[in-house]
Amino acid sequence: MKHTKQLNNKNIMSNIANKGCGECQTSCQSACKTSCTVGNQKCENN
Amino acid sequence: MIHFFEILNKKYIVDVNSGIVHEVDDLVYDIIKEDAYKKRENLDIIYDKYDNDLVDECIGELKNLENNNLLYTEDKIITPKIKPTLKSMCLNIAHDCNLLCEYCFASKGDFGGNKELMSFETGKKALDYLVKTSHGRKNLEVDFFGGEPLMNFQVVKDLVEYSRKIEKEHNKNFRFTITTNGMLLDEKNMDYINENFQNVVLSLDGRKEINDKMRIDKAKKGTYDKIVPKFKNLVEKRKDKDYFIRGTFTRENLDFTEDVKNIKNLGFDIISMEPVVTDEKNKFSINKDHVETVKKEYENLCKYYIDKNNKGEGFNFFHFEIDLESGPCIYKKISGCGAGNEYIAVTPSGDIYPCHQFVGDEDFIIGNVQTGITEKEIPNAMYKSNITTKEKCKDCWAKYFCGGGCHANAYNFNNSFMEPYEVGCELEKKRIECAIRIKSEK
Repeated sequence: MKHTKQLNNKNIMSNIANKGCGECQTSCQSACKTSCTVGNQKCENN
Repeated sequence: MIHFFEILNKKYIVDVNSGIVHEVDDLVYDIIKEDAYKKRENLDIIYDKYDNDLVDECIGELKNLENNNLLYTEDKIITPKIKPTLKSMCLNIAHDCNLLCEYCFASKGDFGGNKELMSFETGKKALDYLVKTSHGRKNLEVDFFGGEPLMNFQVVKDLVEYSRKIEKEHNKNFRFTITTNGMLLDEKNMDYINENFQNVVLSLDGRKEINDKMRIDKAKKGTYDKIVPKFKNLVEKRKDKDYFIRGTFTRENLDFTEDVKNIKNLGFDIISMEPVVTDEKNKFSINKDHVETVKKEYENLCKYYIDKNNKGEGFNFFHFEIDLESGPCIYKKISGCGAGNEYIAVTPSGDIYPCHQFVGDEDFIIGNVQTGITEKEIPNAMYKSNITTKEKCKDCWAKYFCGGGCHANAYNFNNSFMEPYEVGCELEKKRIECAIRIKSEK
């Protein structure tokens, strides 16, 4: 591609068939305690 | 749905439904901006401005992306599948504090009630409840919070010891965090924290003059000089274990990049800097009038982050660390913060609230450690308020990064879990754009 550069490969819907294990950290338990971001949480299965 | 934006001389398109992000050149950006890919009648504007062969080349490239499900992917109807199971607890171990921080959402530590320390018995019942109800979950998170938890540290240690005993019996894995202002840190409790706590959140607002205006002791004196050496010592002893230096910014320091720089220059590499949470009428609050300034400041911070990283002196900023490749699954992304369902807060007297931000508002007591959660209406309403149901979230490009925002902010500003807090949304979207900008640099 000459005009576009893809930054990532993983389609977020690729694991839609799974149901989610629920083991990852609750977002507010990390550093913020005042706002919510889930995109910066880590998956326990990676 | 797509989102296009430019930041710090680069341009991007986010395909919302796949999460795929493209960095694009000026021509592609203009095509998208003029909606000339989907509406070919708009292409004339582009043909007038650029070489026509190049325009056709770009259209072909975009078509290729679309055909490969990398752009303009279809909306999918997703329903939450993670069963709302309690797994995470904020233990307000002390409703008392040795500081008088000007902006404190906990009313200087007591949350508007009596000064009180949690007893071991109450904490034990809370942990028993967590273990008992966390069906199907192995990892349990407990944050010792306050007020100032070091004011009740013997009970903290007793509860950690108790947890280690029951986790074996019930095949659980406790992960502990403590959030402290650092005033009572000494060699002994630092060693204990470093040995037993997976994460530690250390409160510091940055520049001495900023920190000392807000974070004052009972004699109304600044705390920077007292806490910084302690934090340095703790982090040095901690070696590779997680920690956060967590600051708060208010309208008094909208140039908070300078505070992050100060923290970084002190030698800390894991930093979070959060907008103050307080009533909109409070003299320190961040409101709509500040949004554009704060957004610009996030760009300044983003630039600083990139510069430091390029010099091999990189650091971690909580909201910029978005993982585009192996982040949380789609069901985590739609389940949001989990308040009232996977996460609760427990007060020293044993009352249960949906999260720490509701503590003190008795309308939000949903049970206690004797009975467990008995009021289901609030947790149910929270569970049902997610990015698949909230109107403003459904159409928001940032929904799968954000998760729907903070329930407490939504309720406090709009009296509804279904109506997200607009200032929070605007700032979150900017932080995500900054995070993407950083990703394309790496």
